[in-house]
Amino acid sequence: MAAAFVGALTVFLAPDEWAGRLAFAISLVPFVGSLYLWSGFEAGGNALLGGEIAYATQIEWLEVGGRSVSWFVGLDGISLPLFVLTTFLVPLAILSAWTPVDTRQSQFYGLMLFMEANLLGVFAALDFFLWFVFWEAVLVPMYFLIGIWGGPRRKYAAIKFFVYTNAASLLMFIGFMSLVFALGDSVSSFALPEIAQAIAAGDLGTWFGIPPDRIAMVAFLAMFLGFAVKVPIVPFHTWLPDAHVQAPTPASVLLAGVLLKMGTYALLRFNFTMLPEQASMLAIPIAAIAVVSVIYGAMLALAQKDLKRIVAYSSVSSMGYVILGLVVFTEYGVGGATFQMVAHGLISGLMFMAVGVIYNATHTRMVGDMAGMADRMPVTVGILVAGAFGYMGLPLMAGFAGEFFIFVGSLSAPALPYAPVFTALAMFGIVIVAGYLLSAMQSTLFGPFELETDYEVGPAAFHDVAPLAVLLVAIIVLGVAPDIFFEMIRDAAVPVVEGVTIDG
Amino acid sequence: MVNGLPAVTALLPALILAFTGLALLLVDTVRPDARSNTSMAVVGAFGSLAALAATVWLTASGGVSPDGGAVLLFADAIKVDTLALFFTAIFASVTALVLVAAHDYFHDHANPAAFYSLVTFAATGMALLAVANSLAVVFVALEMVSLPSYVLVAYLKQDRGSVEAGMKYFLVGALSSAIFLFGISLVYAATGSLILADIASASIEGLAGVLGVGVVMMIGGVAFKTASVPFHFWAPEAYEGAPAPVSAFLSSASKAAGFVVAFRVFTEAFPLEMAVSANVDWMLAFAVLAAVTMTLGNFAAAVQEEVKRMLAYSSIGHAGYALIGVAALTVDGPANGTVMGAAMAHLLVYGFMNTGAFLFVAMAERWGVGRTFEDYAGLARRAPVASTAMAVFMFSLAGLPPFAGFFSKYFLFQAAIDNGFLWLAGLGAINSVVSLYYYSRVVKALWLDDPESSSALDAIDVRPTALYAAVIFAAVATVLLLPGFGPVIETAEAAASALF
Repeated sequence: MAAAFVGALTVFLAPDEWAGRLAFAISLVPFVGSLYLWSGFEAGGNALLGGEIAYATQIEWLEVGGRSVSWFVGLDGISLPLFVLTTFLVPLAILSAWTPVDTRQSQFYGLMLFMEANLLGVFAALDFFLWFVFWEAVLVPMYFLIGIWGGPRRKYAAIKFFVYTNAASLLMFIGFMSLVFALGDSVSSFALPEIAQAIAAGDLGTWFGIPPDRIAMVAFLAMFLGFAVKVPIVPFHTWLPDAHVQAPTPASVLLAGVLLKMGTYALLRFNFTMLPEQASMLAIPIAAIAVVSVIYGAMLALAQKDLKRIVAYSSVSSMGYVILGLVVFTEYGVGGATFQMVAHGLISGLMFMAVGVIYNATHTRMVGDMAGMADRMPVTVGILVAGAFGYMGLPLMAGFAGEFFIFVGSLSAPALPYAPVFTALAMFGIVIVAGYLLSAMQSTLFGPFELETDYEVGPAAFHDVAPLAVLLVAIIVLGVAPDIFFEMIRDAAVPVVEGVTIDG
Repeated sequence: MVNGLPAVTALLPALILAFTGLALLLVDTVRPDARSNTSMAVVGAFGSLAALAATVWLTASGGVSPDGGAVLLFADAIKVDTLALFFTAIFASVTALVLVAAHDYFHDHANPAAFYSLVTFAATGMALLAVANSLAVVFVALEMVSLPSYVLVAYLKQDRGSVEAGMKYFLVGALSSAIFLFGISLVYAATGSLILADIASASIEGLAGVLGVGVVMMIGGVAFKTASVPFHFWAPEAYEGAPAPVSAFLSSASKAAGFVVAFRVFTEAFPLEMAVSANVDWMLAFAVLAAVTMTLGNFAAAVQEEVKRMLAYSSIGHAGYALIGVAALTVDGPANGTVMGAAMAHLLVYGFMNTGAFLFVAMAERWGVGRTFEDYAGLARRAPVASTAMAVFMFSLAGLPPFAGFFSKYFLFQAAIDNGFLWLAGLGAINSVVSLYYYSRVVKALWLDDPESSSALDAIDVRPTALYAAVIFAAVATVLLLPGFGPVIETAEAAASALF
């Protein structure tokens, strides 16, 4: 993280000509660092529920109203995969930026690295204040990335993104604060484990005359709405297509690959881990929202003509699976949801990058304008098709593993009534996904090349294709051997699930 | 604690500032025709940094009094304690920033020498205000701040706007000085003393009404200095017309000087218990002032078209936030020290971010770009570093989490809630959301909008080094205050708690 911060500053001040290469080199440092953390990872259980925290560091920072705030970071089985995912995606995203980004390069790469540092902070922070600082700090570089380097309607998209997510953060902040206030003197810090355990121990008290269970419910709803915007779940998804379509490719990659995971990660950490009782009370509506997100997102994607919009809307759909996995509260559901976060991060990153490469070559993303791309850019197209299969959940790819775990978990969910019905409906989403992806692929990629251009459309440069290939390999590796992450995820997911069975 | 030093050492920061001002004046008198802009700026900046160093040293070593407490000097008329030192640190930092920045701003001014000494004298007055323990000293120090300020606002005497602003400032200032002085005299009539502690312990039988009127008039004086409603009318005019470094100085340092009066005089001379029992409920008055000030300031800022004017109104809004520090006090309130400490910390953070923002405006004036949001469009292309700094200031002023402004605001609102002022904190939060709108307009103009014509940016070839340095330093301070917020808030809370 420190490397990314310092790197961001260095790149920001570096001249444009070699900013890209420098940024790429710097971004490898956190990646290697995270691999090192991974190799030495030995933690058990969930960080918030008394589990062992790997690489925990806690330094006193300051005190607010009798509660201390500290620089408290650490990783457990849920955060480590996302941590690695972030450090893995950023170098690739930077690589994919070499071709399209041609103005104000040092600023661009500086912001990318700055965002990486804050993203890592979000996943590692175990103190609410620290976490919130990082959480909000992610918005600032993204706002600039969309607003400066984005498409034609970039300003609108950037401001919409900023206002939406910021309002959501405020709501979430209020929700969480009401919990802390209601806990009163039983917590002495803003450390998330302490708060989570205090809530689990039933220390919620009355605050301003409001009974504890109502506070918990209000806080749950406020936080849920706050995170739902970030995820995003229907009907809070409207900022996403705008932001995605207007954002430059590398920013889209991070937006879909990592930023959306912040929402589901936070949902898991805050809503489902801290307030499992409220979550199971609201299980049916939440599952309904999840299924609606899956189906509706897929239907919207079906109706799009813009390749990037298709991928963007299908993110809404994929995130619906994650929510479904969370709400069923089974070992495989929660674990699968976390796994799906990583898988979707890789797959959507791949898709956005591939679409970006095609766009660079053809200057269009419209499905109707293109045909026969496969002739001109065989490697890129091949990878795009493979990625699309991954999206559809083809076995032996990461997407399949994630969705499979979720469905296994949700079919037999004690916490969710009518679980099989919800699962079946959600599975139907896969059919739609396959439908629209195949039809989009069919019309853009195959057949005779028809696009009339006054420039040469040829194979993409090596540094454009390389990140795609690396991602594809990662997707297949995760699909073939999901255990490299799933074991540790399950380790951390089980305590969350147990929290429900004890309470309800 | 630094033993073995005479007690007057405690006044070191103020003395350093005073001597710096005198030295600057002396040089100018001996060689009035010399264009000594650079050396003046250097001497002035070093003087104020020396004052800052002395302040930090005194704070860190626990002061010069043997028991580590306050030092009383000159028949109790002066009282040096942590509260005073904390505010002196704000004054000295802002002064240093302003003096460095002024070097470039006045690069082609015929005779800038007087500017530097006037700023240092005003800073001396502020430092004196911070240690004043007698209403007489308060008044003298207040005038010592005000008189140079009037001149400074009108410093560009060829510029009609500047002169007009100075005139307005002077008229309102003279009026409120008179009101303040009359308030003091009424308080003296009711209590028979000018020393704050004696006022608190005086018997006021049958004279509570006189005292009450006196207190209300003093509130008026404070409201003027802090640019709070209803004495805020001068502020947008003066800030807009004045040279931008002066606007920075007035809206950060001079405002903080107003607050030190509010914090010390009202809590020490009219303790909460006495105020309530004598029906002189100044907390309520301040609560109303705070609510009205922040709302009016923020909403007026939202409709401005000129950046400098927007900053001026937002500065009124921030006065409203800081007023929470005296508004959210209750008798035996559990968080009295915390809420006032939080307000002080906010003023410190504000000192950097607001000064920085005005200095950026100064830089834009130096570049010759216009004053409206549209004129700022696309500046980031030619000046990315300065524009980043400006984005930091704007987001921090709006209270976005990654920056120090978030913490200082959060502490303030949280302390207000702890003291039972949920409505005031809520209003503050709503206002912060409003403020995000107009602050982000600046960022949008700088970074996202395209300049009207490519030639609009040509003027930016000028690189005012010192201004750049000052702006960047302020930005770095704004960011670094976030991790370093612990000692700041602890010092502030300790200083404030000593008042209760």
